[in-house]
Amino acid sequence: MTEHVDSVKTYTGIWALLLALTGITTAVAYVDLGAFSVVVALLIAVVKMLLVALFFMHVRHSTKLTKLVLVGGLLWLLILIAFTLADVWTRGLIGTPGR
Amino acid sequence: MADHAHAETLALREQFDTAEQQKDASTLGMWVFLITEVMFFGGMFLAYTIYRNVYPTVFAVASGSLNAVIGAINTAVLLCSSFTMVLAVRAAQLGQRKAIILFLILTLILGLVFLGVKAYEWNEKFQEHHIPGHGFHLEGTEMQGQAQLFFSLYFVMTGLHAAHMVIGVGILTWMIVLTAKGRFSADYMTPIDISGLYWHFVDIIWIFLFPLLYLIDRHMK
Repeated sequence: MTEHVDSVKTYTGIWALLLALTGITTAVAYVDLGAFSVVVALLIAVVKMLLVALFFMHVRHSTKLTKLVLVGGLLWLLILIAFTLADVWTRGLIGTPGR
Repeated sequence: MADHAHAETLALREQFDTAEQQKDASTLGMWVFLITEVMFFGGMFLAYTIYRNVYPTVFAVASGSLNAVIGAINTAVLLCSSFTMVLAVRAAQLGQRKAIILFLILTLILGLVFLGVKAYEWNEKFQEHHIPGHGFHLEGTEMQGQAQLFFSLYFVMTGLHAAHMVIGVGILTWMIVLTAKGRFSADYMTPIDISGLYWHFVDIIWIFLFPLLYLIDRHMK
């Protein structure tokens, strides 16, 4: 078997990074960034997700098939979010026939 | 020798050619399950996003009433539990039975701490009358109905996340028992690995819940 055993040092580094990012996202929340506060919060959350998935969940050592399934799954999530918001946010823009 | 033969059949089922193929199949299967979970939570995140956009001011007031410091501490607790979980998986890869049990127990304890803090937070909501339904009252806004919408989403999302944590605690307990029974070795530790995937996934859900529920409107207070 070709198991990849990462070093404790790698895991400790990722853990420290995750805790630091939690501190940063909490501190930044009290700063007025206007509409950008959502962007910053989500950006930090995505970075944390990637760190957990790639290192703790071993995605970087996974087979190509697993990676493909994962990207495919996230694509469906994107479709769910993008198409629903495209509907909801544009409802007021055009008149509804019959109303 | 009989025990050894038993251990070998455990390590490789007949439908697989190699142990590696068997492991890859299990990992892929778990990821497919986790993607269904992504879609499940995704729907709730989407509902939250839509209503937050429809009622931005009242959602900001409601979100601001949550305790961000406690939320941040709980995030840290969960990240620590992910760290001990990954160390348990590493110990399993190396076949270190005592280390697996130690790290699984640490993960279990941190998971229970998270649930305890969550219970404390929910209890606070009861005392502050922030439970949707009769007797609900949120200070600082006229729109009580919409404020209840925020708290309904808050309780459903954190509640389902907590339910996943409770299931995770059950899985960890089960893995500790199996490890103590000597079911795993460096050649066969897939259940520990798969349990790790589940635990980290629940962590990732919280990584998104925390900023979206607690943080993003904080600067407006």
